[in-house]
Amino acid sequence: MRAFDYSAPQTLNDAIALLAKKGERARVLSGGTDLIVQVREKRRELDLMVDVKRIPELLEIRFDAAGLTLGASVPCHRIYEDPVIRRAYPGLVDAAFLIGGIQIQNRASLGGNVCNASPAADSTPALIVHHATCVIAGVDGRRELPVEQFCLAPGRNALGRGELLVSFHIPAPPPRFSASYIRFIPRNEMDIAVVGCGVSLSLAEDLQTVTSARLALGAVAPTPLLVAEAAVALVGQPLSAQTIDKAAAAAQAASRPISDMRGTAEYRRHLVGVLARRTVQKAFERAKEAVHAN
Amino acid sequence: MPTKVRVSATINREPVDFLCEPRQSLLEVLRDVQKLTGTKEGCNNGNCGACSVILNGRLVNACIVLGVEAEGAVLETIEGVMGSNGLHPLQTAFLENAALQCGICTPGFIMAAKALLERNPRATEGEIRHWCAGNLCRCTGYDKIVRAILDAGQRLEVRPS
Repeated sequence: MRAFDYSAPQTLNDAIALLAKKGERARVLSGGTDLIVQVREKRRELDLMVDVKRIPELLEIRFDAAGLTLGASVPCHRIYEDPVIRRAYPGLVDAAFLIGGIQIQNRASLGGNVCNASPAADSTPALIVHHATCVIAGVDGRRELPVEQFCLAPGRNALGRGELLVSFHIPAPPPRFSASYIRFIPRNEMDIAVVGCGVSLSLAEDLQTVTSARLALGAVAPTPLLVAEAAVALVGQPLSAQTIDKAAAAAQAASRPISDMRGTAEYRRHLVGVLARRTVQKAFERAKEAVHAN
Repeated sequence: MPTKVRVSATINREPVDFLCEPRQSLLEVLRDVQKLTGTKEGCNNGNCGACSVILNGRLVNACIVLGVEAEGAVLETIEGVMGSNGLHPLQTAFLENAALQCGICTPGFIMAAKALLERNPRATEGEIRHWCAGNLCRCTGYDKIVRAILDAGQRLEVRPS
């Protein structure tokens, strides 16, 4: 690997100062599962890696009345091993458990996954359907941005010079809520999504009528997509084969896939329909199960 | 120019200090600086698991960890698996089940299996196959490796190491 400097600041302000000073020539190191490979393969040039894993806020998992604060560098294994996240944020658990193998899950973080801004990132659609916002710190203070607005293009995110993704804020789920993330790959493990689909929904007391819904797609556009039309097809209706078909059709209409080594555009559009149906169904079943479990 | 950084860590229960450049991976540090060449380089991009080591109790690929990140860490490599009274039950089980051919993937598989069996010695075949998805073997077809890990789990339950 080409030489670079390394710094592991212990405070957010020190990290921001380094990033502001070096600009494009510095990059945040979290789990390193994308960054180290990109630097080794000369796909990214930098002079400084800022290891943020010694900053407590980046590794925090905290619950309060407003919801979950999930540090940007928390590795996947801590997400799917956390009993509260397992109960309240199942879409995140699905995604964290799908990313890479065990070795990758022990290092890779959702913050890194989102900042890397791959169209096929597994955690991004899951975060979007859980209404996650990015908490961003910079020289001028903090700002928040919904996850669906964070990725701008493949490999490009909304962070400005000297800015750092600190955490995700994810609201507490409403009653009778659940979520699911499903991706299609041509084998069982260790592959990049051909299509990924996340769905969250909440149900009325009749456990049939959908009161809120979100559907997000990965790997079918330059950035992960939130499909508002799919939610429109579901909300206010009792969940039925018909409403699920409408949501799936809306998801297909919103997708803008390309053809590449993982599949043709036509194949991907077909998969969007299949996965949208399965994911809605899975989130629906989980929402009902959660009620019975309580 | 970046200078070498001094790193203190514990490797296989021994405290060690070493100098490394930020650009050196933990794999390079283990092999080239510490001369612990049991950990193998396969793909060098996080896909094959040949360089699996246990870092602070967690299985990781040493090729995508920087050596400087090991500051203060507790590391376990294949060289630390054998105990004072001989081979670890996993090593015995790999030998007796003929779970290796060329051997390049073996240290990584043993570290992965060790991390699994320490959590759950009764891991089922399905759980073993899922856990080892990040370890590639191009010789055996995996079946004997899975059988060896099942066998080692039974041995560990009888004689915890």
